Amino acid sequence: MNWFGRASSEPLWKEEFSVHAADERYVTRRQLTKFLVLTSLGMFVGNLWILIRSIFQRQPVFPERPIAQVDEIPIGGVKLFTYPSKEDHCILVRTAESQYVAYSQKCTHLSCAVYYSQENNRLECPCHQGFFSIKDGSVLQGPPPRPLPQIVLEREGGKLIATGVKVSGNG
Amino acid sequence: MANPEPTKQRCGLVAIDGAMALIVILLVVQIWLLSATLEAFLAGHSGPVIPAAIFSGLLFMAALTLNIFVNRIDHSSRRP
Repeated sequence: MNWFGRASSEPLWKEEFSVHAADERYVTRRQLTKFLVLTSLGMFVGNLWILIRSIFQRQPVFPERPIAQVDEIPIGGVKLFTYPSKEDHCILVRTAESQYVAYSQKCTHLSCAVYYSQENNRLECPCHQGFFSIKDGSVLQGPPPRPLPQIVLEREGGKLIATGVKVSGNG
Repeated sequence: MANPEPTKQRCGLVAIDGAMALIVILLVVQIWLLSATLEAFLAGHSGPVIPAAIFSGLLFMAALTLNIFVNRIDHSSRRP
């Protein structure tokens, strides 16, 4: 079947360079249509690429790493650390006597570093006023499309151990 | 090459313009679909990936069908 090709037996130059001026409108429209369909093919290939990536995606393995001593930071205080790699900056907040939460410090909007606002009890991004809940990292206000990835913490004696990263959607 | 009658040509052009408008609409939907799927995938949700790929494929098939339609109109309008 001739999907994109010429249906007639005329040579290509006659098809693409019309003798009649009126026919030129057909040629330009046909070429634009071909371009649009190829763009559509590109979009489809993009979706297929995401599908293949999701099929072959491996579950990440996170190391267990001590990030702080239990009494190292005061209530309402913070400590910055990196997890799981040295490029992934995170923020640990002590919200109560024995309550600690940790999140990725990278805003999900445009990757600015978020900070803890003690008076508002939330994480704030200074770039575009994106606010995140300190309880679960969900978006309270602003342009961020997703919650902050949460660092899973475990307590072992006097140490706080980071054991994983929990990524969740909004809503 | 004989010049086909103007009425036939005009009708052909209108049909082609309509088909092109439909392809543009399909393309806009496909672009939105791709960006939404990518956003969901990067957020760690792989649920919508398969339906999005199927739907995108259907949209591409529709655009391809319209392209064949445009080619046919083109040939029938320009030839006596």
